[in-house]
Amino acid sequence: MLKDITLGQYFPGDTVAHRLDPRTKILLVVLYIAALFSARSYLTYGIMILCLALCVSVSKVRPRAMVRGLRPVLFIILFTAGINLLFTPGERNLVEFGVIHISDTGVRTAVFMVLRILLLIMGTFLMTYTTSPISLTDALESLLNWMKRFHVPVHELAMMMSIALRFIPTLIEETDKILSAQKARGADLESGNPVQRARAMLPILVPLFISAIRRADELATAMECRCYHGGEGRTRLHVLQYARRDYAALTLGLCICTGVMVLGRMGM
Amino acid sequence: MKPILEVRRLTHTYSVGTPFERTAVEDVSFSVAPGEFLGIMGHTGSGKSTLIQHLNGLLRPTSGQVLLHGQDVWRNPKEIRQVRFRVGLVFQYPEHQLFEETVYRDIAFGPANMGKTGQELDRCVREAAKLVGLRDSQMEKSPFELSGGQKRRVALAGVLAMDPEVLVLDEPAAGLDPAGRENLMANIRDYHRNHHKTILLVSHSMDEIARNASRILVLKRARILMDGTPEQVFARGEELQAAGLDVPHVTRIALALRRRGIPVDPGAYTAEALEASLLSLRKDGAPC
Repeated sequence: MLKDITLGQYFPGDTVAHRLDPRTKILLVVLYIAALFSARSYLTYGIMILCLALCVSVSKVRPRAMVRGLRPVLFIILFTAGINLLFTPGERNLVEFGVIHISDTGVRTAVFMVLRILLLIMGTFLMTYTTSPISLTDALESLLNWMKRFHVPVHELAMMMSIALRFIPTLIEETDKILSAQKARGADLESGNPVQRARAMLPILVPLFISAIRRADELATAMECRCYHGGEGRTRLHVLQYARRDYAALTLGLCICTGVMVLGRMGM
Repeated sequence: MKPILEVRRLTHTYSVGTPFERTAVEDVSFSVAPGEFLGIMGHTGSGKSTLIQHLNGLLRPTSGQVLLHGQDVWRNPKEIRQVRFRVGLVFQYPEHQLFEETVYRDIAFGPANMGKTGQELDRCVREAAKLVGLRDSQMEKSPFELSGGQKRRVALAGVLAMDPEVLVLDEPAAGLDPAGRENLMANIRDYHRNHHKTILLVSHSMDEIARNASRILVLKRARILMDGTPEQVFARGEELQAAGLDVPHVTRIALALRRRGIPVDPGAYTAEALEASLLSLRKDGAPC
């Protein structure tokens, strides 16, 4: 069922990972990614794995949910692993079979690349699992506020993003409904060649687009009725405020990130 | 008479194994006789919509069975489309599923999926259009030019055109104006009377159910609360109100009279029945 997809789905909870200010979480993810890209040894990767494991255990997100989110990128991971394994030249070849050469450096690079992608995805997933989409966009708006000086419409972009995010579940539900209704009329979506299958999607897509446009229209009217006119002079319901735990988390994150970068520079 | 449709100990749980796990239908059993007009009522979230999506195999039971003519609808999952042609399901706000360029082609979608072509297809479409009172001049219009009530008729015709043995309707008159409601319900009543089809009607409106159904099923929190004739069900009016449901206007009057010590028949849910009950009380010399 469409309802079961988990990409970027928020799991409500009440742990430290949930309570951190969303801005802190975004900054931490930025630090985490920076550190991840300067890690180039078993030691530094070990530190990164440890960090992620710690965060996951604090957030109480079940490891199974973390792994399930990886399924859509499985192909990319395998592809990267294969390319690195086969085409990295090294000092010593471990396997030589016809045109296939697997070098020791190749194995090392493949393992690191796979680890890097895995950690990258799981880390960012952890953020979306523990932060509601609305507070994420709030945080983005607040973090990008300085760009307003250069006439970047930060508030409008954030509003567009929260509306888009808000409507993902609605549209999924809608798709589900239309899908059921057309199936009840005997729509066959599973058999036939690709052209027939694409044609079979029409009875789903046409009503979906119509309903999306209708919803957009209704929302625009509703916003105008409540005198929405952009971000100027607008106050917020939830004012973001850094707490002591945010400073602590940021300091810790900064220390680890610098540490990993220094170790990376030293070639360790 | 052998039941046309039978539900045995049906349970359905959504999102098993996630924090969003929720049982929408629990241990529900009932059977429907051919030609019966069954009303299904229940509060929002009582599991009505989930239940009816099992009847034509859109949802697969977590446990339990749905039998059509004594055969499990999931006996051969590859043949599930055949079940959907035999049990026609009209969803809430079905006009949102219209997609074709003309009314005619939209109604033809279902029967065409059944493999009908040419004259046979044309006959199905015309008959269905006639059943819901669509005029020939409307058939070549775009469905999006029509009014809300007419769109609803087109969508209903789209299911009737498959000539299902059982017709399941989810709030068919919701959101229509009173005249439109009465019109549509009259169409459905005529269809039931003239074609001897089995109809399951899901509705919030007690008056709508009271006027049409010969038997009523009441759902409360995923389970069956009551199953009986309108007299039996509405006689338990106070329980219905406690379950967050409305009762027909006449039942409300009967309940109010009983609270004031006038022992009218609590199962009287039509004006005529209440009148008869009051008259017989007067004959017995009761104070009223």
